[in-house]
Amino acid sequence: MGSTKTKTHDEQVTLLEQVIAKYQGQGRKALMQVLQEAQAIYGYLPLDVQRTVADGLGVSVAEVYGVITFYSFFSLNPKGAFEVSVCLGTACYVKGSQAILEKIEEELHIKAGECTPDGKFSINACRCIGACGLAPVIMVNEDVYGRLTPDQIPAILAKYKEA
Amino acid sequence: MDLYRAHVLVCCGTGCTSSQSGKIIENLEKELTAQGLSREVKVVKTGCFGLCAEGPIMVVYPEGVMYYRVSPDDVTEIVSEHFLKGRPVARLMTVQTAVPLDQARNVEESDFFKKQLRVALRNCGSINPESIEEYIAHDGYLALGKVLTEKMAPLDVINEVKKSGLRGRGGGGFPTGLKWEFAARQQNEQKYVCCNADEGDPGAFMDRSILEGDPHSVIEAMAIAGYAIGANQGYIYVRAEYPIAVQRLKLAIGQAKAYGLLGERVFGSEFSFDIEIRLGAGAFVCGEETALMRSIEGKRGNPTPRPPFPAVKGLFDKPTILNNVETFANIPVIFQKGADWFASLGTDKSKGTKVFALGGKVSNVGLVEIPMGTTVREIVFDIGGGIPNNKAFKAVQTGGPSGGCIPAKLLDTPIDYDNLIAVGSMMGSGGMIVMDEDTCMVDIAKFFLEFTVDESCGKCAPCRIGTRRMLEVLEKITGGTGTMEDLEALERLAVGIKEGSLCALGQTAPNPVLSTLKHFREEYVEHVTEKRCRCGVCKGLTQYFILTDLCKMCGLCAKRCPVGCISGVLGKEPFVIDTAKCIKCGACMQACKFKAVVKR
Ligand SMILES: Cc1cc2nc3c(=O)[nH]c(=O)nc-3n(C[C@H](O)[C@H](O)[C@H](O)COP(=O)(O)O)c2cc1C
Ligand code: FES
Repeated sequence: MGSTKTKTHDEQVTLLEQVIAKYQGQGRKALMQVLQEAQAIYGYLPLDVQRTVADGLGVSVAEVYGVITFYSFFSLNPKGAFEVSVCLGTACYVKGSQAILEKIEEELHIKAGECTPDGKFSINACRCIGACGLAPVIMVNEDVYGRLTPDQIPAILAKYKEA
Repeated sequence: MDLYRAHVLVCCGTGCTSSQSGKIIENLEKELTAQGLSREVKVVKTGCFGLCAEGPIMVVYPEGVMYYRVSPDDVTEIVSEHFLKGRPVARLMTVQTAVPLDQARNVEESDFFKKQLRVALRNCGSINPESIEEYIAHDGYLALGKVLTEKMAPLDVINEVKKSGLRGRGGGGFPTGLKWEFAARQQNEQKYVCCNADEGDPGAFMDRSILEGDPHSVIEAMAIAGYAIGANQGYIYVRAEYPIAVQRLKLAIGQAKAYGLLGERVFGSEFSFDIEIRLGAGAFVCGEETALMRSIEGKRGNPTPRPPFPAVKGLFDKPTILNNVETFANIPVIFQKGADWFASLGTDKSKGTKVFALGGKVSNVGLVEIPMGTTVREIVFDIGGGIPNNKAFKAVQTGGPSGGCIPAKLLDTPIDYDNLIAVGSMMGSGGMIVMDEDTCMVDIAKFFLEFTVDESCGKCAPCRIGTRRMLEVLEKITGGTGTMEDLEALERLAVGIKEGSLCALGQTAPNPVLSTLKHFREEYVEHVTEKRCRCGVCKGLTQYFILTDLCKMCGLCAKRCPVGCISGVLGKEPFVIDTAKCIKCGACMQACKFKAVVKR
């Protein structure tokens, strides 16, 4: 997914308009694709984006909201600059990913699903990122760390704290 | 075409990409050019070899030498030693897991591969998934060509699939040929073929590996299905979490169109077929067929009652078939080698092979494909190399959140659809998680229930409310306030949920609890009557102690304790934990260098 930091608000609006124009004729059939692309532009799906999408495709805002809240991939809240995804899939769970998650929560002083006050980190408890061979696994944005133990966590986070 | 003296295959599946296989390829190409070998040694990006835990993996042919855990820095040595001087780098040829895989120097000889039979995974790890030419060179699109150019009647195509005995690999095990026949019988201008690549079982990655390693096999099979039932549009519904798979699928669809193997008038025949990709958005229930179709339509993924079955009224209310990725991957081989060949593999009622994603507490974590009828023991101990760190085997979980746990006394169960159901589990889509003596079975049951509570779509009450009640009971038990009546309550709730739920998500949700209650009842009873978790997993029941005779009175534990509940006198009196104040964070246990802190 593209970086959200580099785009200005106006650029985001233009990009979203382009996406809607691309799918216009298809109506609600294209709702999922439009939302996926909108989230790639904004990083999340705030109310004004939902309105624009609803108007563009000719569906109600309630329907758009209903779809967004059904799927865990869509987010109503902004994510941190660094999103720490902790895999809680079965393969990772039996290898102790719960302890990894707790260590990260302790280090960042936030819970899964939350964002640090400075907007730098958010924690996302996710299910199987498909690297089960490396269990337990976490991802910080696109970087994957595998075969982890809780004591490795502070050093990993430190790299991003300085960034 | 250049003739290369050696081929280096580097896995570019998700697991190995996560451990830098992209950088390895980059370094390899640089180094080969620097040494003037770029016209002698060819670097091939492939899909998954199966041995994910030992990745990144590299295989060199013609020798068949396999390198494990290669780092980008090892490349210079491999090129100068192996390719220049012909001396394989022994240091990278042994596996680092506790129980050695095998000392075999050759891929096919190692224990990991000996008991496997690769049908659905036939091309994974041996061809470049981004090259349609390589797929064609391995008999790709031969099956589709045969069907179209020899003008097989659609009904003959269906009969061939029926004769093979292929059953759906997505979980239910419904006979594939029969499903196609239902859809073919419908009179309708518009029909659809869908591929289920949602792979919702957490901890399973079979379908992802097929899409990443051999995307054309699925495309070819969907076209065959389209011809058989009279559809000219296909959809592949794939998880958004699988970016590599999506990108390879897009590439493959584009290549197939450019070659006239997809699109208008395939192979110059009257038949046209197109495929579009739809991304899932992280909802487990969307793996269920009716929910998946609602999701493609752009709606919330709520399941709808059946009948009407999708074969009659499916996507956009048109006749539709939905098959799993692995089911499709088997189709081309059936036409290449014949239905009789396929039917000769496996057991009486389950033909062919099954791919499993072997994970958890097992030495060789990875992807394995075995003929149906192989025993659980053979997979865990012969192929999987057993349990690491000299721990004892406890159970194998199959079928994910819909399945159950198979205990040690049933290790010799031959794997097929019916046997797994008989022992209280199910085939599922192929996740297979091994658990050892340290895994608490009550906690595992709770883990899966948390999953279903989270993923229940909320449409029907038995599933929405019932699973939540079951979870509350499990929380009580793991928290130390459970009673024996609670165990009965679990069983009662399970029956209600199974019978009352609308879709298979709810109907199967109680399975992890029922199977652990059946095979590991003593662990539940211990939690209830003795307030004890023998594995020390359930925090509400564990307590930390300091063993007086091992305590060196250094005070390190007391220093680390965040709530100050450890007291003692430095160098004079052993330290003790005030269990009433202890928050069970485990910091003392990590701090102690003398293993004097224990939990039980
Ligand atoms: C809750 C739920 C989740 C499912 N998830 C998947 C899945 O991730 N992948 C899959 O292929 N089938 C899944 N299925 C099974 C599908 O509904 C369907 O039976 C299957 O895709 C049909 O293909 P097959 O006959 O080739 O197996 C799921 C079923 C249920 C009830
Ligand atoms: S279970 Fe964690 S990556 Fe699969």
